Amino acid sequence: MPESLLNEFVRLGGETGVFEDTETAHLAIDGNRVLSGREVEGLRVSAVQRDDGVDLDVELASGRALEKPVHMCFGVMKDEGVQRLRIRVKLGEGSSAEFIAHCMFPSARKVLHEMDAEVRLERGSRMIYNEAHFHGPHGGVEVKARAKVIAGPDARYRADFSLLSGLVGKLGLDYSVSAESRSVIELTARVFGHRQDEIIINESVVLAGEGARSIIKTRVALEGDARAEVRGMTEGRAPHSRGHVDCTEIVKDNAIAKAVPLVSVTNPLAKVTHEAAIGSVDKAQMETLCARGLSPQEAVDVIVKGLLG
Amino acid sequence: MSAGLSIRGLSYSAGGKKILSGLDLDVPPGTIHALIGTNGTGKSTLAYIIMGLEGYAPEAGSIALDDRRIEGLAIHERAELGITLAWQEPVRFEGISIRDYLSLRRSGGLEPERCLRLVGLEPEAYLGRNVDSSLSGGERKRVELASALSIRPALAILDEPDSGIDILSIDGVAAVIKAFRDSGAGVLVITHRQEIARKADIASHLCYGRIVNSGDPGEVTLQFREMKCQSCAGSEGECASA
Repeated sequence: MPESLLNEFVRLGGETGVFEDTETAHLAIDGNRVLSGREVEGLRVSAVQRDDGVDLDVELASGRALEKPVHMCFGVMKDEGVQRLRIRVKLGEGSSAEFIAHCMFPSARKVLHEMDAEVRLERGSRMIYNEAHFHGPHGGVEVKARAKVIAGPDARYRADFSLLSGLVGKLGLDYSVSAESRSVIELTARVFGHRQDEIIINESVVLAGEGARSIIKTRVALEGDARAEVRGMTEGRAPHSRGHVDCTEIVKDNAIAKAVPLVSVTNPLAKVTHEAAIGSVDKAQMETLCARGLSPQEAVDVIVKGLLG
Repeated sequence: MSAGLSIRGLSYSAGGKKILSGLDLDVPPGTIHALIGTNGTGKSTLAYIIMGLEGYAPEAGSIALDDRRIEGLAIHERAELGITLAWQEPVRFEGISIRDYLSLRRSGGLEPERCLRLVGLEPEAYLGRNVDSSLSGGERKRVELASALSIRPALAILDEPDSGIDILSIDGVAAVIKAFRDSGAGVLVITHRQEIARKADIASHLCYGRIVNSGDPGEVTLQFREMKCQSCAGSEGECASA
């Protein structure tokens, strides 16, 4: 793998060993250039470089359970550039895998990162997808991430998106999931916005199958003049389906936050709940931490750090 | 003024109503001072005033710790002097582990493991858990006491440390209060339980903003129970206005 991407990965705490380990699958893409990749038994990874982006095809064989996470290094190392990823992921019946996406834009001043993903989880398969963004200090990144997930019967899908390092720039996160019978969906997004950052998060789950369950959990902290709008939608269509939408946003300074939890039920045996809290840092929490000797600023830092995990 | 906490002539009003009126109170280092009284008589208000919470500035009187006046200090500045408060209904924190919560003091604090053992919680089972809604009310109260212990306070204000903890654990609560004292701290413990108050070195009965009786814990609690304070004749279940 080229040194710049690897160096950035190491600087952020990553272990180089994951790219050398023959039993660990990985994929590294800088801009629209595919730098390296490795498949492992049962996991097919195809990355086709095209003029306007990269087409990725990932397929895990039925019954195959990957012991080690698949590492995906995405990003743009230069201060300007475009990265367009079209991703198709399919997990075969009864398979399981964890994917860790490291999305790095350390110098970005004018960078566009677009991702369109389609994920299909066959019956009884399990997928964990952790996407951690590391942005630089200039705020020059625009992220447009869209994913459509179909979770088959008895499948489990857990996704955790985090953008806690550097300035966000512009973030548009748009995830939608269709959950079939007895499938379990967990969507978590954690973002810390500063200065002029603009954040729009749309996450939706349709509980289409009997007994499907989901939780959408969003945690956003804002300071400066940052703006955020969070929409969490869950629709209970099937009997005994259960969903919950949970959004907390902390605002400081001149930041503005909006939360729109939208829940609907079209089956009388379904149940969907929601909770949303927006406001400044909780006064009682502040006082408690100050009573242990933390300054108000230190107390805010501790509370925000805890909230964003 | 004397060493430890010294309050003289403290008055406080809220919404046009007098809450505390000319209150005097001392908590020397290494002593437990129990404050008893019926609901709404100003016990927690006094705790908040001493800690310096927003909206609880006294209108008259002085508060000193080790002869240093503290009325003008912010909460964290009072905490730096060694004052801390364990809340009656402690808040919960998402994403903050008990280990981190008990390690807020940068140096010189008690180890989290020891704090947990002192409040009757096994460190192995609790250090990795978060101070969030996964804890029961009683567990959260114990963690709050452990947190107050962790900073090795000079003055610990314990606001009803026994509420929410079952009667079988009262001896445990009393042991925790004693642990504060044994560490050299002055302890102001607000309580409704006579079993707790009787274990103090001194007890005071707060009645509608005034200390109406102060002295031997056994006698003060007895008079409180019979609602015969020095300046008023109480009716059943409630002490009449002093």
